[in-house]
Amino acid sequence: MIRLTCPNCGPRPLEEWRYGGETPSVPDSVTDPAARNVDRVWFSDNVDGPVVERWYHLAGCRRWTTVLRDTHTDTVLESRSSDGAGVAAAPGAHPDDGGH
Amino acid sequence: VNEFVETLVGLTWHEPRRAYDVVIIGGGGHGLATAYYLATRHGITNVAVLERDYIGSGNSGRNTTIIRANYGIPESIRFYQHAVELYASLEEETGCWIMHATKGILWLTHTVTGVRAERARALLNTACGAPTTFVGPEEAVALCPQLDPSGAGRYPVLGGSFHHGGATARHDRVVWAYAQGAMRAGVHVLQGTPVVGLVRDGDRVTGVRTPDGTIAAGVVLSAVGGHATVVADWAGVRLPIRTHPLQAFVTNAYAQALGPIVSSTELLVYVSQTARGQLLFGAEFDAQPTYARHTTYPTLQSVARKMMTLLPFTRDLRVLRQWTGSCDVSADFSPILGKTGVDGFLVSTGWGTWGFKAIPAGGEQLAELIATGKTPPLIAPFSLSRFAADHALADQGSTGTR
Repeated sequence: MIRLTCPNCGPRPLEEWRYGGETPSVPDSVTDPAARNVDRVWFSDNVDGPVVERWYHLAGCRRWTTVLRDTHTDTVLESRSSDGAGVAAAPGAHPDDGGH
Repeated sequence: VNEFVETLVGLTWHEPRRAYDVVIIGGGGHGLATAYYLATRHGITNVAVLERDYIGSGNSGRNTTIIRANYGIPESIRFYQHAVELYASLEEETGCWIMHATKGILWLTHTVTGVRAERARALLNTACGAPTTFVGPEEAVALCPQLDPSGAGRYPVLGGSFHHGGATARHDRVVWAYAQGAMRAGVHVLQGTPVVGLVRDGDRVTGVRTPDGTIAAGVVLSAVGGHATVVADWAGVRLPIRTHPLQAFVTNAYAQALGPIVSSTELLVYVSQTARGQLLFGAEFDAQPTYARHTTYPTLQSVARKMMTLLPFTRDLRVLRQWTGSCDVSADFSPILGKTGVDGFLVSTGWGTWGFKAIPAGGEQLAELIATGKTPPLIAPFSLSRFAADHALADQGSTGTR
């Protein structure tokens, strides 16, 4: 991935962006509340395939964007604004998610 | 590759059995070292190492070959110092020439806070058994005369720590040395054998699936680089790991000797000289995880520019190759070793950007764990259960992870 398309600014070089992490998801198989907290803080799916994640356009519009990226090939499948501007947010994404 | 390797190393290939006492997934340094120590130290030879491609084809053949122990917390320093010592005697032990050369590592800093940090690092490293000395700019230049202490006017060298045990070794030869030693003792190394799933009996892992059928195992060790979370997921184990790409590149040969390994804590670049005279550059890993092994021009440009400010002669060199490896970076930047909570399934992972330097210690300690069933004290802090127990080992003691 060399460029990432910003809903506000168009295709922009990767150096302008700050990676915000995959949107946290704890599997339903983890049921104990304490274990769910541990999982949410530390663990990750680290999928070899499509991942919903957050990117911050630091050197551009300074807004968060939700991106669907295939980690197997490092290519972006979808890029959506998540603050109401542009296209609606991807399913499951919340503006507060992934901004660590 | 096999034919080339076989002229150098005595490898004997075996037909796979249907069952082994121990099956190790991943024929890289850690997997082969574990097999080697199981066979040579514990007499456990009914062992198979399964490699999907050829041995050393993954990250064991892509790292920047640096061996050192100047970490930031006592647990890590002791563990990596043990690896430094095992590496130093590996040629004698295995009879294989791994091109091991102790040259020291010069860990430079360009800020006042960095000077304080390096003074503290030198004291802590030395106290934990990894001799390290704080050096000022003049001493740094004495150790590495090619160094521009003004940092091209932008990154002046204010000091640094000199870690005496820093070394390099030829990474392929390390893999071959362990493979040869393990195979001579009777271990089966099965190349071109991908593992596509695990066999489970209730909560227990009892074998692995390959395209040619299942192989039963008393113990399965995942020594996978890159797809550690995928393999662990088959066992129902969650890991605090993200797979990041790390890029490196090598130049044409430089006629003079670059003395120590040179690293900058603020510029996040490091360079060593290979046995052929080439300069081998590495930097931090890319921010976003990916399993792809692309290389990018911005990284090459950024690393080259930074290194030219410290070592001006590098501007006359040509870049020969650039490549990418996959780093399994754990959430606290320390490895994850041993038991997983699932019977019959162990992991050797979380090696991030510090896997090569740990190969002998990781292999030796995991072999002891498999042979005795007890986690040795040296790797007890690195268990997967540390995250739930709130004993994370935050240690960004590597240039690649600042």
